[in-house]
Amino acid sequence: MTVPMVEALQVRKSFGRLEVLKGIDLTVDPGEVLCLIGPSGSGKSTFLRCINHLEKIDGGELSVDGELVGYRRSGDKLYELRDREVCGKRAEIGMVFQRFNLFPHMSVLDNVTSGPVRVQKESSTTANERARHLLERVGLADKVAAYPNQLSGGQQQRVAIARALAMSPKLMLFDEPTSALDPELVGEVLDVMRGLAEDGMTMIVVTHEMGFAREVGDTMVFMDGGVVVESGDPKVVLTSPQHERTRAFLSKVL
Amino acid sequence: MTVPTGPSTPPERKPSGPHKTVPVRHPGRWAASGVILVLVAMLVNTLFFSGVVRGGVEEGRFQWPIVWKYLFVTPVLKGIVVTLELTVVAMVVGIVLGVVLAVMRLSPNRLLSGSAWIYIWFFRGTPVLVQLTFWYVGITYLYPTLTLGIPFGPAFYTVNANSLVTTFIAAALGLSLNEGAYMAEIVRAGIISVDEGQTEAAQSLGMRKSQTLRRIVIPQAMRIIIPPTGNETISMLKTTSLVIVIAGADLFAATQNISNANYQIVPLLLVASLWYLFFTSVLTIGQFYVERHYARGSSRALPPTPLQRLRQDLFRIRPQPVPAVVEPTWLPGRERAP
Repeated sequence: MTVPMVEALQVRKSFGRLEVLKGIDLTVDPGEVLCLIGPSGSGKSTFLRCINHLEKIDGGELSVDGELVGYRRSGDKLYELRDREVCGKRAEIGMVFQRFNLFPHMSVLDNVTSGPVRVQKESSTTANERARHLLERVGLADKVAAYPNQLSGGQQQRVAIARALAMSPKLMLFDEPTSALDPELVGEVLDVMRGLAEDGMTMIVVTHEMGFAREVGDTMVFMDGGVVVESGDPKVVLTSPQHERTRAFLSKVL
Repeated sequence: MTVPTGPSTPPERKPSGPHKTVPVRHPGRWAASGVILVLVAMLVNTLFFSGVVRGGVEEGRFQWPIVWKYLFVTPVLKGIVVTLELTVVAMVVGIVLGVVLAVMRLSPNRLLSGSAWIYIWFFRGTPVLVQLTFWYVGITYLYPTLTLGIPFGPAFYTVNANSLVTTFIAAALGLSLNEGAYMAEIVRAGIISVDEGQTEAAQSLGMRKSQTLRRIVIPQAMRIIIPPTGNETISMLKTTSLVIVIAGADLFAATQNISNANYQIVPLLLVASLWYLFFTSVLTIGQFYVERHYARGSSRALPPTPLQRLRQDLFRIRPQPVPAVVEPTWLPGRERAP
């Protein structure tokens, strides 16, 4: 039996008195592409951010590759991990944000090498070489010296993907990667993501791109009001949703 | 023009020959310029060409020969050294203190953020003149001997406060501690101006909190921090003149000492003013280039330096417009996995 890449058991999260996640159960196998859909405020992004511990969960259990996120179990006690240990875990998970969040004061090349050089203590020569290779892979070999604000949104997001890939992650999280893009730039980012999926990367994608989810996703999960309402093969969920809420949501976005 | 020709097209229009374009006139600007020119002429006249009768003798109003005579005398130059030393020490210590206090104030730990708040409250809430006097007089009065040792325990080393706290130490201490409070607020404003997404991106790469602060947040906060820090430095250069109250040996004190002896009060005030102006001008130029350095990545084209602008104005070479957004390339020749 393979260890699931991500396993969530009754994950809960509240902001103040607002409960955003009300017991999420979910499993992602290695190599699986899971697309997370749902109306805004349904907790998709929060759940994604819990996976690499940008948010701390309040209840339940969340583990990545068989290890708890943010805690160490010893006997029947959970010990909170130190900053250093959390950082080590985060380095194995790539994350791509809706608003790119490239470092504006660094060139494209420095953005991509910042993780390997600063966190993995790689030499800058090997990091540069790998960064150039990754930028070539996302179609931006000619932009190594550019600064982020000289690039279009689609190009910035492709740099952000290269930056995440530079850490050789075992899991990639995408938080609405195309929502901030002009419609004609969405395709180039989805192309890169499709290539990643074909190469066997484990991916969790929060998205509104139903076409992409249908074509690339292995599983589709529909979340609403902090719970998983329905999950299954994207083609099945999209064409014959079982729940009324899924039907209502899909009728608005399709 | 690519208007299709046909029966319905209107008759082709073309300009009816070369015109002389007449720019709009600005009589108000001309009038204002005239007034300013007259005022400038009056200023130059009163500074350099007018005379005045003092003690029955007619002499130049501003006594520039006397100013010139004292501009480079040794006591003045020594005073300049002290002024510059105090400025550098106070700013360096102030900036370091400011960064530490700003980080403390942003800490989730209430004791840390609270104590930083109290510090800033105290040092911003009392006049720097009072603080300077306090460090010089108050310390030796309250603590005649200073002791190094374990708190509430044995002492290893004891020193007479009078011999330790010299004028310079008291001045540097007073100015630095005061500056730290102001710099803390400037640094804090810079840090919170950086988008939270930057911290999240750095953390998601696995960067430690300290790395995130040093590599990602502070470099971007610099753009906000630098201009007020330049102002603070210029302000500090002038504030050092307050150390005269604790018998400091700075530039202003040096000129005052000379004029106390020879009664040339105004010329020596001019000596001090000219030197302060010279150094604030140097700092202003320095600030421009530092700001330009930290503008990398924030604007698409850096602003021209004054020299570049002068060259452009002289030779009428306008800067080439930078394309707003580089054309997106549609994944040229990306090899797709089979």
